[in-house]
Amino acid sequence: MYKLEVQDLHKRYGSNEVLKGVSLAAKAGDVISIIGSSGSGKSTFLRCINLLEQPHAGKILLNGEELKLVANKDGALKAVDPKQLQRMRSRLSMVFQHFNLWSHMSALENVMEAPVHVLGMDKKEALAKAEHYLAKVGVAHRKDAYPAHMSGGEQQRVAIARALAMEPEVMLFDEPTSALDPELVGEVLKVMQDLAQEGRTMVVVTHEMGFAREVSNQLVFLHKGLVEERGCPKEVLANPQSERLQQFLSGSLK
Amino acid sequence: MIFDFSVIWANLPLYLGGVLVTLKILLISLGFGLLLAIPLGLMRVSKQPWVNFPAWLYTYVIRGTPMLVQLFLIYYGLAQFESVRASALWPYLSNATFCACLAFAINTSAYSAEILAGSLKTIPPGEIEAAKAVGMSRSKLYRRILLPSALRRALPQYSNEVIMMLHTTSLASIVTLIDITGAARTISSQYYLPFEAFITAGVFYLCLTFILVRLFKLAEHRWLAYLAPRKH
Repeated sequence: MYKLEVQDLHKRYGSNEVLKGVSLAAKAGDVISIIGSSGSGKSTFLRCINLLEQPHAGKILLNGEELKLVANKDGALKAVDPKQLQRMRSRLSMVFQHFNLWSHMSALENVMEAPVHVLGMDKKEALAKAEHYLAKVGVAHRKDAYPAHMSGGEQQRVAIARALAMEPEVMLFDEPTSALDPELVGEVLKVMQDLAQEGRTMVVVTHEMGFAREVSNQLVFLHKGLVEERGCPKEVLANPQSERLQQFLSGSLK
Repeated sequence: MIFDFSVIWANLPLYLGGVLVTLKILLISLGFGLLLAIPLGLMRVSKQPWVNFPAWLYTYVIRGTPMLVQLFLIYYGLAQFESVRASALWPYLSNATFCACLAFAINTSAYSAEILAGSLKTIPPGEIEAAKAVGMSRSKLYRRILLPSALRRALPQYSNEVIMMLHTTSLASIVTLIDITGAARTISSQYYLPFEAFITAGVFYLCLTFILVRLFKLAEHRWLAYLAPRKH
């Protein structure tokens, strides 16, 4: 059974269709990299999975449970039952390009917030868990710092710890290294590689071809709202079939 | 010019009583004003017109009319109506302290609501998305993320509002209350020493302002540390 299944997702802004039927299926332990040039719809696709953007058609299933959707006036889909959406979101952690840590909370409070106030976890247990995950991503020494007082790499690692503390079924990464200085990219990618090796199920929108090739076991190349090519990353990147992907890869150095 | 401060010295208890009255009116009106400002501020950032409009109208009318006019309407204006005088509220509405607190609370609630609304709008959208993405409900989002963050961000502006309100409470002396200004007016007319009487009142207000500013600095240090530049 698939952990996460997305079927035939469509999304438009006004009359501009940005996703024209994109599907994706992740089994437990899969690491799927989604690549594509800007404007290809890859971030929009990821944000539709947890309904931060409203798709116009398609199905989303988590562990075989379908998210019930209903169209509103302008045709965009929204959740029938907000409770179901909240429950599914709590099992689908997201890591954002711009970290999006809650600025008025310390690193530790950021990581404890959702386990305590969404999952209803006991505070002591959440504290232990938060300290565990902060240590795991290597920022335990910064646990009392506020986001604005941390480097981008530290903030993103706290954001990953925040996502991990929910013990999610699937983790969604939306260009997690794109807002980082080059020398900070490595520390975040290292953490993500460790997570992949632990067997976590991850869907990663990325520009890091090295990560896509070495860490993920599935690669999806999106172009103009359609999957242009997909498959084993090493094969696809070494031997791209479509002209679009060849062009895209010749534009990137690695 | 000869100043006669011996009269002031002899009447110090009157001023100290005035300080207590000023503080009482200030704290009561700020307390109720803030309680009222939170729902109003939330209404003011709503995208639903029928939620936003009543709050907009309220803050527009209150902020668009002078405090003194509002106070006169409540204290003198309402007493004109037989139905008000016959109502169960009359014991309250005929009481000057109650009317002053009511008028000031209404006034500060309108200003505070706009401050809070402005502060709610400055919360980075990404933080709201992150809250949604972990599965927070709307009410949790407000309780845990939006309001705590907005109330903190509002502190510097709100401290201004509090100081303005301190000075506004001097209007209470016009509806017969002996606050700091009331004490000064009493002494001024009894001894015909307006300069000494009012300069003393000014000094009291200055001291209270200084204390309030210090308190807000402490509060900002405690709750706004996350916006301060990094120190280590």
